[in-house]
Amino acid sequence: MALIKTINFMAFRRWAQVVSFLLVVASIASLSLNGLKLGLDFTGGTLVEVSYSQQADLSSIRKQLEDANYDNALVINFGSEEDVLVRLPQSKSSQLGDEILATLRQDYDGDIDLHRIEFVGPQVGEELREQGGLGLLTALICVMIYVTFRFQYKFSIAAAVALIHDVLITLGIFSIFQWDFDLTVLAALLAVIGYSLNDTIVVSDRIRENFRIVRKSRPVDIINRSLNQTLGRTIMTSATTLLVLFSLFIFGGEIIHGFATGLIIGVIVGTYSSVFVAANILLSLDISQDDLAIPVVEGSDQSDMMP
Amino acid sequence: MNQYSLWKYAIVLLALITAIIFSLPNLYAPDPAVQISGESSSLVIDKEAYDIASDSLQQADIAVKQIAIVDDKLEIRLLSRTDQLPAKKILQNALGRDNYIVALNLAPTTPDWLKSVGAGPLKLGLDLSGGVHFLMEVDTLAAIDTRLRSSVSSYKALLRKEKVRGIVQINDNVVTGKFKTEVLRDKASSLAFKSMPEMTRNKYQRDGAFYLSLELGEQAIANLEDEAVGQNLITLRNRVNELGVSEPLVQRQGRNRVVVELPGVQDTATAKRILGKTANLEFRLAVNGDTSSFNREMIAFEGSTVEIERDIIVTGESVAGAQFGFDENSRPQVNINLDAEGGKLMHRITRHAVQRKMAVLFIERKTRKIGSQLSDDNELEAVYERYDQRRVISLATIQSPLGANFRITGLDSQAEAAELALLLRAGALAAPMEFVEERTIGPSLGAENIALGVKSVVIGFSLVLFFMLVFYRVFGLAANIALTMNLLLIVAVMSMLSATLTLPGIAGIVLTVGMAVDANVLIFSRIREELANGLTPAMAINTGFERAFLTILDANLTTLLAAVILYAVGTGPIKGFAITLSIGILTSMFTAIMGTRSMINLIYGGRSIKKLAL
Repeated sequence: MALIKTINFMAFRRWAQVVSFLLVVASIASLSLNGLKLGLDFTGGTLVEVSYSQQADLSSIRKQLEDANYDNALVINFGSEEDVLVRLPQSKSSQLGDEILATLRQDYDGDIDLHRIEFVGPQVGEELREQGGLGLLTALICVMIYVTFRFQYKFSIAAAVALIHDVLITLGIFSIFQWDFDLTVLAALLAVIGYSLNDTIVVSDRIRENFRIVRKSRPVDIINRSLNQTLGRTIMTSATTLLVLFSLFIFGGEIIHGFATGLIIGVIVGTYSSVFVAANILLSLDISQDDLAIPVVEGSDQSDMMP
Repeated sequence: MNQYSLWKYAIVLLALITAIIFSLPNLYAPDPAVQISGESSSLVIDKEAYDIASDSLQQADIAVKQIAIVDDKLEIRLLSRTDQLPAKKILQNALGRDNYIVALNLAPTTPDWLKSVGAGPLKLGLDLSGGVHFLMEVDTLAAIDTRLRSSVSSYKALLRKEKVRGIVQINDNVVTGKFKTEVLRDKASSLAFKSMPEMTRNKYQRDGAFYLSLELGEQAIANLEDEAVGQNLITLRNRVNELGVSEPLVQRQGRNRVVVELPGVQDTATAKRILGKTANLEFRLAVNGDTSSFNREMIAFEGSTVEIERDIIVTGESVAGAQFGFDENSRPQVNINLDAEGGKLMHRITRHAVQRKMAVLFIERKTRKIGSQLSDDNELEAVYERYDQRRVISLATIQSPLGANFRITGLDSQAEAAELALLLRAGALAAPMEFVEERTIGPSLGAENIALGVKSVVIGFSLVLFFMLVFYRVFGLAANIALTMNLLLIVAVMSMLSATLTLPGIAGIVLTVGMAVDANVLIFSRIREELANGLTPAMAINTGFERAFLTILDANLTTLLAAVILYAVGTGPIKGFAITLSIGILTSMFTAIMGTRSMINLIYGGRSIKKLAL
């Protein structure tokens, strides 16, 4: 995939700033106004997934459950017209799932096959919420420490901003579309951190290398050059990862849907951010040869510094 | 240039062979099987049980593939999965429910030569095999309360024996004794130190009376909690065994929680009832004229109430054995054997209580709806509370001093008697437990998940292979071989670590496949660049691999960092994802760098090349 000419990525940096800024603001706005539609794992409650032998009549199921005094039951199709998901808000009783299954089976002539029952107590839901947030924060901090140690603090700020950018936008999209946010999506988000970082590091690595090899060149040119050199790799890796993610999204079944969705969004945003956001931040932080010079004992090389 | 030394090729080859051998067992589909084991360790599966089992299945026309005794268990492999449940019923009836445990199982069909090197198929998580996952919380406060009541009861007996008169009461885990004189109080205090050394003692005086208050220290509470959770674990294991599950998991999690995983269990309602039943028995005397007013309690009995003493003779914890049977009038009963300590206590008390009545108190922790309230988001939600349901199930006159063996009559039904016997046999829970999380996966969903998971791996994997071949040609082929090796290695390492494969775990493998390519892409892009810079093909290959190495290391280490954090904060299925992701990152670094390099070296090394197919 030989590149014919160099793309001047940093010429779009103002545009990229505007786009990223708008996306992040929209995400924060939606997150604070609509919030996330937290899944059962975080809210606690009961969920029953069953498969009817024929197409399920949702309205009659709703009526049936209402008659049995389950007022807050949410009844929806799950994946196919035969599969039905019943969700009930928080309760102390873990018997609820079995009771609902019995109620559903009571007045139905055909077969009802139990797919799954999930019950999450309120305290567990709260713990998982706390642990999830803590996990994201820990991941972020560890990564910053690692990057500072391996590169330099400006890179670590750039990487952290890119990560926060990716996580916020992915969360924002889940909030805007009110998709279910459960434990698997949280896992996807942490994997996004890993992936986006992977991308950012490869680009940063090249930037560092070029700052050391190419002298007497403006930082913006060096960054452009690095981005172009890594572009082939960035596209190839994102493409193969997206290939498998789409295969997971399409063939992996309903349970893994949220996970695949989260990762697909994350990989796309992460690829964009490693090209535009991280490099952009590096420029804004006035990255220069000084920051990356390998300490020279003799001090004779110092005259090569940029004006 | 571009030739590996022999030992490097040897390492790659060795890894490849190991990967193939240890992932091979997964290709052999397991047999549906029924597993029979003895109820207690003394009951060994012998030729007789073998014959009964094989004859009864033959009579019922159930096709059997193989019967063998494996690890003291009788393993019967069947030809069809639909025969599993009927076979279980037939075997239970033929062998007798009380002595043998019959469990459904999937028996691996790993060939002997693979077994001899220690290879076996991957363990499947509940979301793939179907089954139940419970997380239970032990009510340790209740355990402490029960414990306190029983120590105070023996402390009071000690006070009576030493003629120290006073009033001893328990309020909110604090024991208070009220005495007329200082001398009595001090004597009570030293007796308390003797009988309950773990309690901190406090003396004070008010309104002319002398008080002694006893409290449990933090360490003592922690010890009691540990004991309660430990006892519950043992009891749960016993109960799980009674249920007949092959390869169950009962494990403590955190300070006061227990995880129970029962693969293959379909009747979850029964499982939950048996596991969570906090039934306990207490044997107490009915009151007579000598019973003090503090020691009396009204308890429901056959539609009315009966007054019994608060002091406990023995509890269900002292029960060593319990069998269900019928009395002379063919009414259900449970025969009980107490352990030595319990038998002694029972004898000591009933010796002086002949002609008095003894009550058997049945205590069950239940949940009930007490009303509803508006939640935060203005929805009406039910409010539940837990309560102890206590009832006297039998009240009988003590005809002669009782010992370690006696029986309980007056039970409502045969089913109740059978369940009570089971619960007593499996042991009582030291503290009530509450289900805080439950995940039940039906067997059909498990099978569906496997099919979907395998399908998405196969499709995703093939797409990536195709993509790499188109873009990198010969180098793509080398990368593809390395990628295949990586997939085999992940499965092999997981088998070796006996890690459990879950659906998110499969997702982790799929993701690793996508990301493992990254290392190769980095190397190949680098080689192309070096070629463009005018290096000879051989030098370009060498420089490309060398320069890409640090980048790959940095990029993978950070991803590994995220995976490790994911493992630390995640629960259950998330952990599965983190494990496969971590293993995948490590193996992919090996295969993408060393594996691909040796392939490229074999193709291009040791000869002069004009052009690279890249």
